[in-house]
Amino acid sequence: MVSLLNALPGALSQGLIWGIMAIGLYITFKILEMSDLTVDGSFCTGGAVCVMMLLGGHNVWVSMLAAVLAGMLAGLVTGIFHTLCGIPAILSGILTQLGLWSVNLAIMGMNSNQALNVRNHELLVSLRYMQEVEAGMRPFYQHPICVTLLVTAVVIALLYWFFGTERGSSIRATGANVNMARAQGINTNMNKLIGLMISNGLVALSGALLSQYQSFAEINMGRGAIVIGLAAIIIGEATFGKIFKNFALKLLAVGLGSVIYYVVIQSVVSLMDINANYLKLISALIVAVFLAVPYWKRAILPKKHAVTGKEKEHA
Amino acid sequence: MLKIQNIYKTFNAGTVNEKRALKGMSLSFEPGDFVTVIGGNGAGKSTMLNCVSGAYTVDEGHILIDGVDVTRLPEYKRAKYIGRVFQDPMMGTAATMQIEENLALAARRGKPRTLRSGITKAEREYYKEQLKILDLGLEERMTAKVGLLSGGQRQALTLLMATLQQPKLLLLDEHTAALDPKTAAKVLEATQRIVEQSNLTTLMITHNMRDAITYGNRLIMMYDGRVVVDVSGEQKKKLTVEQLLALFSEASGSDEADDKLLLS
Repeated sequence: MVSLLNALPGALSQGLIWGIMAIGLYITFKILEMSDLTVDGSFCTGGAVCVMMLLGGHNVWVSMLAAVLAGMLAGLVTGIFHTLCGIPAILSGILTQLGLWSVNLAIMGMNSNQALNVRNHELLVSLRYMQEVEAGMRPFYQHPICVTLLVTAVVIALLYWFFGTERGSSIRATGANVNMARAQGINTNMNKLIGLMISNGLVALSGALLSQYQSFAEINMGRGAIVIGLAAIIIGEATFGKIFKNFALKLLAVGLGSVIYYVVIQSVVSLMDINANYLKLISALIVAVFLAVPYWKRAILPKKHAVTGKEKEHA
Repeated sequence: MLKIQNIYKTFNAGTVNEKRALKGMSLSFEPGDFVTVIGGNGAGKSTMLNCVSGAYTVDEGHILIDGVDVTRLPEYKRAKYIGRVFQDPMMGTAATMQIEENLALAARRGKPRTLRSGITKAEREYYKEQLKILDLGLEERMTAKVGLLSGGQRQALTLLMATLQQPKLLLLDEHTAALDPKTAAKVLEATQRIVEQSNLTTLMITHNMRDAITYGNRLIMMYDGRVVVDVSGEQKKKLTVEQLLALFSEASGSDEADDKLLLS
């Protein structure tokens, strides 16, 4: 129990960092209704670029900007595979993800990991700062929880604004009904590109934050990111779906979903004394169950849904 | 206004499923023409309409809208000139978006999508007025999701969306076929009103011969990928269903004017 309480601030911070990745995933998965597997690679790209830039002596903001741009570039590549080359979205993402493995290694100078010395850099978020805030050596607002909350709020505010603009609305329409979008003169391919770029830019931002937090980047840091993102989206929807109707609140629900996921995982590990090696298996099972439940509901309660089906026909 | 010049379209070319849908079809519309199109299944009506809208690209021939050759323009670029209502009520609107959001998207057809606000206050007032004209009570439900509307309401909304930004050409692909007769009549009535009001050049595909005779100033019958009957003016006004069937059997070269082919 004590170990759980000790681990809680860390779980909250990490949950919020991964939440930004999940919000990025929400754009492709929920708004554009496509499965983008680039994420597993672009998350590491963000972390790798950020760490290498910091090691190169750049300041943290420049490093994070570079990380976001690198992530957007990865999204652009997937988008080009999908729209210009006609490759199915899911396969386009897999191709980019595979290619990014080599690219990420190259970014890290052909090393599978690169570490930061926290004392040499002024970071935005770091595990070490958590201890330093607790020891009174730093102001409270440099606590990782405060910083990640603030970054999440800024990301949500920007997305809320963007998806209310003409361009943003047209991206939502592209995901909602591609035929209607084209009939209304919307360049749906362009919108998919933009959506993928924004999404992977946010994923890379999340990777950049995590690499700072843990003060290293390594080639496997993004493995399974998509599953964590889906878990966050699904848990957020299941928990807050009934009360959060506004778009900004829906994004917040995704961020909070990620936090819940992390706290639950942390509790399982601390309380049940499970080898951390099994985390990925547990994650995969949790997400599989959450995805299956709506399907089972439909299969077990056919009557209720037959009615709604009919309504839809008349609707 | 619309010029279709000798277009060809073949599906699955070179396979056993080869279907030559359009075989050198030509057609020319005057500004303000309201043309109804009839023909049996597989006559090429929908293929022709989809070639005009850009959903399909033609194998040969040219399509001009108001003097602009649009043959090679992608669908979304042609949308600048074209308003469209589909047969499937689900297809013309975004179900998960609000009524006013759908209208705002349609109002920007053919314009660049910028970072300005997706919908303004002044627009909302305008949409409210326009929805009142439809007389379906939608003006009170502007922020409702379109998925909550009935098929007829969705088609009426799609029609309004197609004409909100005045198109050079309005394409209606059996847009009342999926509706019950009463709703279909209502939507047709709204169609007639909107087309007359703005004097829109319109192409309407229908399976209903009576509707084809009642509406529009010109009637075209298609058969086997070509136009076989083209009636307009006084001659069309006097047309009866029997005459139409006779014309069909004459054109198709078969004595059996199977009205099932043409439906109702």
